[in-house]
Amino acid sequence: MLFALVIVTFLMFAILPADPAALTCGKNCTPERIEQSRQRLGLDEPLMSQLGRFVIGIPCGRYYPADGPVLTCPALSSTDKAVNGQFYCAVPCLGYSFRTGEDVTTLIVQAMPVTISVAIGAFILFLVTGVLLGIFAALRRGRWQDRTAMGAALVGYSFPSFFIGLVLLYLVVILPPKLFNGWQLLPFPAYEPLRTNPTAWFQTLILPSITLALLYAAFYARLTRNQMLETLGEDYIRTARSKGLPERTVIFRHGLRAGLTPIVTAAGLDFAFLLGGAVIVEQIFALPGLGRMTVDAVDDLDLQLILGTVLVTSVFVLIANLIVDILYAVIDPRVRLT
Amino acid sequence: MTEATDAAPYLSVRNLVVEFPTEDGIVRAVDGINFDLNRGQTMAIVGESGSGKSVTSQAILGLINRKAASISGEVLLDGVDLVAESDDALRALRGREMAMIFQDPLSSLHPFYKIGKQLVEAIRVHQDMSKADARKQAIEMLEKVGIPSADRRIDDYPHQLSGGMRQRVMIGMALVNSPNLLIADEPTTALDVTVQAQILDLVKTLQQEFETALIVITHDLGVVAEVADDIAVMYGGRIVEKGTIDEVYYRPEMPYTLGLLASMPRMDQPRTTRLDPIPGQPPSLINLPAGCVFRPRCPYSDEVPDNGCLEVRPRLLPTTPGHDVRCHLPVERRREIAAERLGAVTNAGEAR
Repeated sequence: MLFALVIVTFLMFAILPADPAALTCGKNCTPERIEQSRQRLGLDEPLMSQLGRFVIGIPCGRYYPADGPVLTCPALSSTDKAVNGQFYCAVPCLGYSFRTGEDVTTLIVQAMPVTISVAIGAFILFLVTGVLLGIFAALRRGRWQDRTAMGAALVGYSFPSFFIGLVLLYLVVILPPKLFNGWQLLPFPAYEPLRTNPTAWFQTLILPSITLALLYAAFYARLTRNQMLETLGEDYIRTARSKGLPERTVIFRHGLRAGLTPIVTAAGLDFAFLLGGAVIVEQIFALPGLGRMTVDAVDDLDLQLILGTVLVTSVFVLIANLIVDILYAVIDPRVRLT
Repeated sequence: MTEATDAAPYLSVRNLVVEFPTEDGIVRAVDGINFDLNRGQTMAIVGESGSGKSVTSQAILGLINRKAASISGEVLLDGVDLVAESDDALRALRGREMAMIFQDPLSSLHPFYKIGKQLVEAIRVHQDMSKADARKQAIEMLEKVGIPSADRRIDDYPHQLSGGMRQRVMIGMALVNSPNLLIADEPTTALDVTVQAQILDLVKTLQQEFETALIVITHDLGVVAEVADDIAVMYGGRIVEKGTIDEVYYRPEMPYTLGLLASMPRMDQPRTTRLDPIPGQPPSLINLPAGCVFRPRCPYSDEVPDNGCLEVRPRLLPTTPGHDVRCHLPVERRREIAAERLGAVTNAGEAR
């Protein structure tokens, strides 16, 4: 699965009329220097062996420039940065960015915390608000509360995130100082890592999380509402009521539990996609996350970086699928084997 | 109704009307129902789908959303009018004072929870009891409803049990707080024929043990003969014939009841006898006509002079003590028709 993805991405680049080696060598390029970096990056080798080295490099690490056969583990144990004039790229090696010459693994590791922070923040927000709103609407079915909630959800769902993001940015960051004589509700977003400045970290993450959450919350409100309406009509809900259970227990423990499966499925996959980076939101709020990195990489035709991010994103999706499958069994005993 | 003479009956339903507003008009699902029931007694409500029998039972238990329906009349349970009670008061009575068994035990048990948990939940809503004690009581109840090795089965999920076992669990769950009124809504319809008799026996035994008032809702007249003391036959939201089992089952008078009995396969007739279905469809309950609801399907309505069946709604009137019939035909003519159509039935009844 992952391997197929790597091959497809690789092949797309083979077809592209671009020469990565030319991209690498910067402004003062001479044919000799292009040739040099081509050799250094292993781009002079046949496509198949480039692919082979890339794949082997992930579990084994690899040397630049490469020598020796493709399918051996070159240096699992070596920790040296440079041996015999070769650079060693440590496990898991995803190669070097053509553009900046930096280690792709390091770049991704740097971008991940930003993306993870936003993803978790948005995830919690949209799941809680979306599901609660959905339940609320389902219980007030057909009345004005239901219509208002679903109308709001439709609006939230219809507006693109760049619009919501910019409006939020204006209302929360730019407008208050103008209205209240310089008083700031939130500073202009500038990302700081959690470790160095937790306050700034939190402040910068609020708006992107809300922007992302609004879009998803709308979707989850609708999904939850439909699920609840379906399960609340089931026979076992009538049984629960006939036992004399309080309405709250009936709705949450019996109704919501039964309607949870599709919500969990969607939530798992959405979380994985969020981890792959929210391109637009990261762009608006100047977050140095995965999404922005991917877009930049595509702009620059930076094959190594694209391969890396594609790989990481798809690993997330696969893991999320696995977790969702495990959760199925936790939620629904009928899915369990034995 | 049989011996509702001295003390007030345990359950007394008076003029119960249940209406659902829909886009096509008001659906009057239950239209002025009256009956009494004492503890230890069994009443069967019989009728086709859509005759209002399930709605009646759910209205008694307060399971009908009162925001979506209008309910009027009285349901006196031990002197308390349930129609006038608040939702919370009804909830406190449900499961403790009155309980219900539903048709399909697979869809009526929550698929995601162990049966033990569902029983314990039912116990602990109404009794202040530790989980361990409630579990003990649940196991006892499961043993009582005939579930083998109940102490292990209690940790099974509903899908791991057979249909009969599931219905036993449902019965156990309904009776776990020893309610005084039990409503069984088609308790055997979803079960194998071989299991049906066992479940009926179980319900009867437990009813005697707990001295419960029992309402059995069914379209299966075989079930009726098996368990009931009294029968109410419902059609179009109304009771059309009501009385003791001996009267209604063996000396039926209302053409609809005759039709029900004639359409039932019987063991005591030669197999070549054709079943005799009731022609037509049950009525739509929106804007019912003025006359007899059964008239469009009744083969004898033109015998009544002056378009009586079309224009005048027949009343539920006694023919013999403890036997009420809603029909314009003269009593003698009704009995004649009954003898014509159900000779075998009446004979069989007398043979018993």
